[in-house]
Amino acid sequence: MINMKKINKTTRSNLTTYAMILVMFLVMQTLVSTGNVSSLLQGLLVPLCAYIILAVSLNLTVGILGELSLGHAGFMCVGAFSSAFFSKCMADVIPVAGVRYFFALCIGAAAAGLCGVLVGIPVLRLKGDYLAIVTLAFGEIIKNVMNILFIGKDSAGFHFSTKDSRSLGLLEDGEVIINGPQGITGTPKDSTFLIGVILIFVTLFIVLNLIHSRSGRAIMSIRDNRIAAESVGINITKYKLMAFSISAALAGVAGVTYAHNLANLTAQPKNFGYNMSIMILVFVVLGGIGNIRGSVIAAVILTLLPELLRGLSDYRMLIYAVVLIAMMLFNWSPKAIEWREKHMARFKRNNKKEA
Amino acid sequence: MRLKKAVSVTLMAVMSLSLLAGCGSEGQQGSKEGGSDGAVFKIGGIGPATGSAAVYGEAVKNGAELAVKEINEAGGINGVQIEFNYQDDENDAEKAVNAYNTLKDWDMQMLLGTVTSGPCVAVGEVAQEDNMFMLTPSGTAVECVKYDNAFRVCFSDPMQGLESAKYIGENHLATKVAAIYDSSDVYSTGIYQAFAEEAENQNLEIVAAEAFTGESKSDFSVQLQKAKDAGAELVFLPFYYSEASLVLKQAAGMSYSPIFFGCDGMDGILAVEGFDANLANDLIFLSPFTPTSDDEMIQKFVGDFESAYGGTPNQFAADAYDGIYAIKAALEEANATPDMSASDICEAMKTAMTAIEIDGVTAKGLKWEASGEPSKEPMVVKIADGNYAVVE
Repeated sequence: MINMKKINKTTRSNLTTYAMILVMFLVMQTLVSTGNVSSLLQGLLVPLCAYIILAVSLNLTVGILGELSLGHAGFMCVGAFSSAFFSKCMADVIPVAGVRYFFALCIGAAAAGLCGVLVGIPVLRLKGDYLAIVTLAFGEIIKNVMNILFIGKDSAGFHFSTKDSRSLGLLEDGEVIINGPQGITGTPKDSTFLIGVILIFVTLFIVLNLIHSRSGRAIMSIRDNRIAAESVGINITKYKLMAFSISAALAGVAGVTYAHNLANLTAQPKNFGYNMSIMILVFVVLGGIGNIRGSVIAAVILTLLPELLRGLSDYRMLIYAVVLIAMMLFNWSPKAIEWREKHMARFKRNNKKEA
Repeated sequence: MRLKKAVSVTLMAVMSLSLLAGCGSEGQQGSKEGGSDGAVFKIGGIGPATGSAAVYGEAVKNGAELAVKEINEAGGINGVQIEFNYQDDENDAEKAVNAYNTLKDWDMQMLLGTVTSGPCVAVGEVAQEDNMFMLTPSGTAVECVKYDNAFRVCFSDPMQGLESAKYIGENHLATKVAAIYDSSDVYSTGIYQAFAEEAENQNLEIVAAEAFTGESKSDFSVQLQKAKDAGAELVFLPFYYSEASLVLKQAAGMSYSPIFFGCDGMDGILAVEGFDANLANDLIFLSPFTPTSDDEMIQKFVGDFESAYGGTPNQFAADAYDGIYAIKAALEEANATPDMSASDICEAMKTAMTAIEIDGVTAKGLKWEASGEPSKEPMVVKIADGNYAVVE
């Protein structure tokens, strides 16, 4: 305890975040191993990890860089499809799931990061909300490209088409890997809760360390005052691009986790459309813009909520929306903040008195 | 100050109420179980209840519930009542797996689902691991019944495409054919691909293959114009009736009148609001089910459905209705008892499914192969004078 006080404030805050994830992991792991968890919750563990990574990575763009990105699901889609493609091709060549998954992760993150750089190079040079517009378009483009993409593999190599699977001209031994709107079926189910949690730790480590590094301070100075930052010689485009592409690459990692948890991967508006991008943005806004720990908590709550409300059957999505609005008001309305602070202050006073 | 407190109290009340409401309905389910001594067959259902595909999910839910009600009133399966629990999957693979897990927590013993193809493949993978029997009423993609524990009531995509091309070729309806399909939809692309493959064998020339996507499905004039310019005598429309009604309207607007040919998704086109039924005259489509059939069973099903839920049942409802009866027949064949585990029931059902033969509303003498495919012949329906008529 004495040690805790000596550590500086940011480190303490970071350690709290890590500890929170660790405790959550240990509790869940114990419950799973003792068989006290419903299959619903058990099935939700890996998606939860993916959503936490998404929320944290988007917070890097929205909260730390101060740019609005509405195409985060697009980066996730790139990561998901590139890695699932790799895993499906290599399922026979690399039989060890762990090794294959590691390469899939690298490929997913690299592909998504590359897309981030490509989108970022022209857009991040501009002032204003152009990133929001371009990323929105990017997400939709990626989704539609995936829907018309046909890739097959046979002994003669890869075949590629944007028309239909017939025009691939596969040989007898050929196999269609990406089948247009049917997407990729039969991705090996390599994602596990343990890997998911490790990836959360890696994500948090990257993001938190970036924020508190020299580069992170440069990024935040751009957010707070671009002109001032420019005047002290900070390379605006470089730092913006850095934050944005890291954010995109991490979204790709989340996509890899997502893709390797489901047997079939399709690019539907539901999972990779702008609805999903907005959903991730909701995680970030609800958890607090720039607040990494908040993003984690919000992602967990908002992913669990619609599932826990299943008992309401027909009213489920209605209640979910109402609860969402209520939580937003509670978190962000100035009056609510004031009320919360007052009560917190009273609570703290009481605590002190008792002590 | 007081107002603020009032607001906060109300908010808290709403939130806790919503939680309580959740508990409440769960409690109800619990009491239902208790009321029947726990000896019930638990059939789960998964499909979209919200979102753009909710129409299909709703139809399946109603069709299945109707069948469950009838069976329960007639004394159940070998005297055992059935309980049916339908969960929403929002037409999303991930949500479908969540729905499946929810049903597993509810101790589901077999699954009637899922309604749409994409989620069906994802759930199929999990169900196979658990060795859970699943019968999809309307999952048409090939992969839906990849494993031996999965069966389906409807036709598969390739089968529909193949049969369509065969019918057109054998009856010499046309030689120059155009196809318009939804490239963002699994069902539509699946049928189109099989159709294009078989078209070659039937000496049909596909002069135009035009795609649209789920996000731009209100204007088909470009696709129709291309088909017209290419001189297509027949336009193949492998998608659902709501879009097809627009196609027919727009074709009439540009005075283009080829033969229009559709698949089972076309069923229901005459019920589209504000659609002039005369435009659909001479539209031909393959369908497993026609609500206007003279068949006694179908008449009874349509009548009961209309009085219970309003509106004419479509093929989704019919597939689900037959699905529940197929499960009943297979359970009786296998002599299954409700105290058996889901895995044991699945093992018994795998063989029982191939042994049964039922007379359903979608086919007479409906049988299944071990591959999971139903063996039934599609009916060819032609619309005449604003009514469905079966072509012999």
